[in-house]
Amino acid sequence: MFDRRLITHFNWVYLLLVLLISLIGIANMYSATSSWTAAAQPVYLKQFYWVGIGVVIVAVVCLFDYRHLEYLSIPLYGGNLLLLIVVLAFGRTSMGATRWIGLAGVNVQPSEIMKIVIIIILARYFSEKASLRGFSLRELIMPGLILGIPALLIMKQPDLGTALLILCIGGTMALFAGVRRSAFIFLGISGLAAFCGGWFLLHDYQKQRILTFLNPERDPLGAGYHIIQSKIAVGSGGFNGLGFMKGTQSQLSFLPERHTDFAFSVFAEEWGLIGCLLLLAFYCLVVLWGLHIALRSNDRFGMYLAIGVCAMLFWHIVVNLGMVIGLLPVVGVPLPLFSYGGTSMVTTMTGVGLLLNVGMRRFMF
Amino acid sequence: MSLNPSPEETPGLRRRFIISSIIVAGVFCILALRLWFLQILGTDYYRDLSERNRIRYVAIQAPRGAVFDRNGILLVDNRPAFTVSALRQEVQDRKQLFANLSKLLDIDEAVLDERWQKSQSLPRYRPLPLVEDVGRQAMEMVQENSIDLPGILVEVKPLRSYPFGDMAAHLFGYLGEVTEDELKQSEFSGYRSGEMVGKTALERAYENRLQGTAGQKRIEVNVRGRELRQVTTRVPLPGQQVYLTIDSALQQAAEKALADNAGAIVALDVNSGEVLALVSRPSFDPAWFARGITSEEWRDLSNNSQHPMTNKALRGQYPPGSTFKMVVALAALESGKITPATKVYCSGSLKLSRSYEFRCWKKEGHGSVDLHKAIKESCDVWFYQVGLETGIDQIASVAQRLGLGAPTGFPLGSERSGLIPTREWKKKRFGTSWYDGETVISSIGQGFVLTTPMQLATMAATLANGGTVWRPQVVKKIIDLEGNTEWLFEPEKLSETAWSPKHLMPIKNAMEAVVNDVGGTAWRSRLEKIRFAGKTGTAQVVRKKAEDEEDVEEEETPYQYRDHALFVSYAPAENPQIAVAVVVEHGGHGSSAAAPIAKAMYEAYFAGKTGEKEVARLFPAED
Repeated sequence: MFDRRLITHFNWVYLLLVLLISLIGIANMYSATSSWTAAAQPVYLKQFYWVGIGVVIVAVVCLFDYRHLEYLSIPLYGGNLLLLIVVLAFGRTSMGATRWIGLAGVNVQPSEIMKIVIIIILARYFSEKASLRGFSLRELIMPGLILGIPALLIMKQPDLGTALLILCIGGTMALFAGVRRSAFIFLGISGLAAFCGGWFLLHDYQKQRILTFLNPERDPLGAGYHIIQSKIAVGSGGFNGLGFMKGTQSQLSFLPERHTDFAFSVFAEEWGLIGCLLLLAFYCLVVLWGLHIALRSNDRFGMYLAIGVCAMLFWHIVVNLGMVIGLLPVVGVPLPLFSYGGTSMVTTMTGVGLLLNVGMRRFMF
Repeated sequence: MSLNPSPEETPGLRRRFIISSIIVAGVFCILALRLWFLQILGTDYYRDLSERNRIRYVAIQAPRGAVFDRNGILLVDNRPAFTVSALRQEVQDRKQLFANLSKLLDIDEAVLDERWQKSQSLPRYRPLPLVEDVGRQAMEMVQENSIDLPGILVEVKPLRSYPFGDMAAHLFGYLGEVTEDELKQSEFSGYRSGEMVGKTALERAYENRLQGTAGQKRIEVNVRGRELRQVTTRVPLPGQQVYLTIDSALQQAAEKALADNAGAIVALDVNSGEVLALVSRPSFDPAWFARGITSEEWRDLSNNSQHPMTNKALRGQYPPGSTFKMVVALAALESGKITPATKVYCSGSLKLSRSYEFRCWKKEGHGSVDLHKAIKESCDVWFYQVGLETGIDQIASVAQRLGLGAPTGFPLGSERSGLIPTREWKKKRFGTSWYDGETVISSIGQGFVLTTPMQLATMAATLANGGTVWRPQVVKKIIDLEGNTEWLFEPEKLSETAWSPKHLMPIKNAMEAVVNDVGGTAWRSRLEKIRFAGKTGTAQVVRKKAEDEEDVEEEETPYQYRDHALFVSYAPAENPQIAVAVVVEHGGHGSSAAAPIAKAMYEAYFAGKTGEKEVARLFPAED
C-alpha cells in the first residue's frame, strides 16, 4: 500500500518554503506583541503550536491518495452546507456575526472549511465537464449553483470577506477551466449590476469600509484609522526598515490588529522594502510553484485541485496585502502563514497538503 | 481515472498556465510597486506622520522671577507645589479611584468629579489636575498608596510663595489664569490657556520679565497617550530677578503700626522718588491667587466693605484736610498777598456772610495767629482768611506744582488723579461760577479737594527737597539669569519749581514745630533722636452739622462716618531723606491716629540707618 516513490516525490523544498514563511511570521508576531503584558501563553508560542499542527495536517492529508476525494466530494459538500445552515440557526455570535459552532468540543468555522470543500467539488465538476471550447452561460449554471449557495449562506452570517473569497476561488477555477467570451462578458456586466444593486443590501459597517477605503481621511479616528495607521507603518519602514522590535507604530500600539490582519504592516515597518520584497518573492514562489504542480499533475481532477488551492492562496495573499498597503478596502482576511490564527493555519496547511499530495502522486495511476 | 493527456502536453491548457503565471507575477509586481511607492517615495512623509503619532510636546512651567527688596531680602519666591493629577487613559474604575483618593486626602468625591468633568477638553496625554498644592505629607501618602490609585500621579510645579505673607501684597499684585481675551492680545501671543500670568501691579507690569521661558519636554507616548519615556528636555529658564526700592523693615514697621486699621501709607525717598514703603490695608493673601483662588475666597474679598483688593495708596481719594494747608500757605506767600508775619485774629470762626459761618476746629479760637502758629496749631480761620485773599486758582497752581491733582506717574497699577479744583474746572463740571465759600473750605483741604496717599507723600517729598517732583518708582534694578543688570533705577524729574527759601523755610520750620514744639498738633509723636517735620490732618467724611459736632464724641460716631486721620511728614527735618504720608480711614484725628504711625516708621527706618553707619565704622573704607 505504501509506495516508496511517495517519499521520493514529496516536495520537501515546497514544505520548507511554507515553514520558512511561517517562522518569519512567528518572529514578526513576537515583535508585534512584545508590548503586551505577560499573558498566560504568548501569542507567538501559540502560533508555533499551530504551525506544528499544520505540519501534522499536511502529513495526514498526504497520507491518502487525493483521488479518493473525487467521490467523497459530494458528501463533503453536502455535509458542509448542512453545517453552514446549522451555524445560521444555532451558531455562536461574536462581533455581530455568527460564524462558529461547537463540534465535538472544538470550535469550528464551517465557512472556512468550505474554502477547501468548494475547491474539491469544483475540481471534480470541472475535471468531468471542462472542454477546450469553454463553458457556455447555460453550462455555468451548475457550477454557479455549487458556488452560489454556500456563498449566500456565508454572506448571511454575515461574512462578506469569506463569501467573496469563495466566489473568487470558484471564479478563478471556472476561468481556468474556460469560459466562452459571450458568457464572460455577460457575467461581467451582470456582476457589475449586482454590485451596484448589492450596495443597498450591504451592512452599514461594510459600506463604511468601502467608503473609507476610497477616502481614509473621511474618518481618521474611526473606520479610516486602520488604513491610515497601516500605511504610516509601511511607509515609515523605508528601504531598510526600522529594525526588529524597533517599529514605533507597532511597538507603541498605534497599529491595530497587528498580530492578525495587519501583521504584514509590522513586518514592513521593521524590515523595510528589502524585507517586504523578499517576503513577497516567497509568496509569489508559493503560488507559482503551486501552478507548476498543477501543470505537471497527471489527471484533470488533481490539476483543478491544485489550481483551486493556488487560487485560494493567491487571493488571500493579494486581498490581505492589498488591504494593508491601502490598495483594497479593509476586509478581515488574514495573510496565510503570517497572521495569527489557528483557523487560517489549518485551512492553509490543508491546501498545502493537497498541493503536495497532487505533486507526489503525479507518477501513479 | 481520467485518461486525458497530461496538461503539459495539452497546448490549450499550457497556454492557460503561462497566462496564469504571468497574471500572478504581474499582481505581485503591482504589490511591489505599491510598496516602493510607500516605502521609498513616501518615507519622509510617513515617518513624519509616525513621529507625530508618538511624540508629544509638553511645556514645563518656568519659575517666575524672584522679587527682592532694596537690601536683597527675598520678598516673593517660588516653591515646589505638588499637584495630584490623573492620567485619564490609565484610569479604569474612576468611582473606586476617587473613593480611595477622597479617603486618603480627605476631599469630597464630588469635588474630584467636578474637576474631572471640567477638564475633559485637555489633550489625553496631559495629566488632568485634580487637587492642587496638596502639601508634602499628602503627596507622600499618595505615592505610598500608588497601588490603590492607578492612573494617579503627583506633578511638581513652581508656585509663587510669599515669605512675608500678605506684606506689600498690593505692590506685588497677584496671578491668575490667562483669559481668553488676553490670549487674543499680541502681548500674550506665546501663552497657552491655563497658564498663570500677572494680573495686577508688579506681576502684571513686569510680566514679560518675570515670566521666564517655559521649558519643553518631548515625550514619547503610546496609542493610549501614556508617557513612555522622555526623548529630550529643554530646561525652563526662570524669570528675571526684580529688586524693589522697598525697604522691607520699613514696610513691616508701617504695616505693624497701621495694625488692623483700614488705610494707606506711602514712604518716599525725597531725593529720588524711590518708594520705600507702600501699604494698603486691609490686604489680601497673594498666595491664594497663586494656587488658584476659590470662589468663596473671592466672594469674601470682593464683598468686604473695606475693599481689600483696592490699592488705597494709589486709588484711594481722600480730602487732604489740614495737610493741604502748606499748599495754601505757599500759594499765599508766593502771590505776595501775605508775609510770614501776617496776623489773623481767630475768634473760633469766620463769618463770610450772614448765613455762612466757617468754624475753626478750636471752638474758643486761637487768638492772634501768624503763619508759624497757623500751621503748628492748625488754625483753620487763618487759612480761611489767607485762602480767600490768595484765590483758588493760585492755590491750585501751587498744588499742581507740588504733585497734586494729577497721577504721580507711579509705574504699577492704575492710579487715580485726585482733584484740585479751579474756577475753570467748576465751570466745566457744573456750569456754575466759583463761590468764595468754596475757596474757604478748599483752604483747609475739604470741599472738592481730593488727594491720594501717593500724591500726599509726593507733596511732602517735594516740600522737603525744595521743589523737585520726582516720579515715584518702585523697581531698583532687574537682574537677568547671568547676573547682568537688565535695568537700573534712574530718578526721573517730573517738574521742578525753585521756591524761594523766603517762602518755603517758614512753612518747613512750622512743620518741624508741629512735631517738636509744645503745642504742635503732633507733639505727642516726636522722636528724641530724629527731628522730623509733619502736618496732621483730619478729613471730614460727611459734612457735619454744627449741632452734631458739639455733642457727639468721635468714638460714638458710626465707623463709616468717622473722620479720616492724615499725616504728611518728612525726616530728618534739617536734611530730609524720607517723606511719609499716612491715611487712616475713619481713624479720627490725624494727631492721634496717623502721626504715631509715621513716628514708628521713622524709628524703624533710622534704626536701620544708624545700624548701617555702625557697620561702616567697624569696617572703614580703605581710602
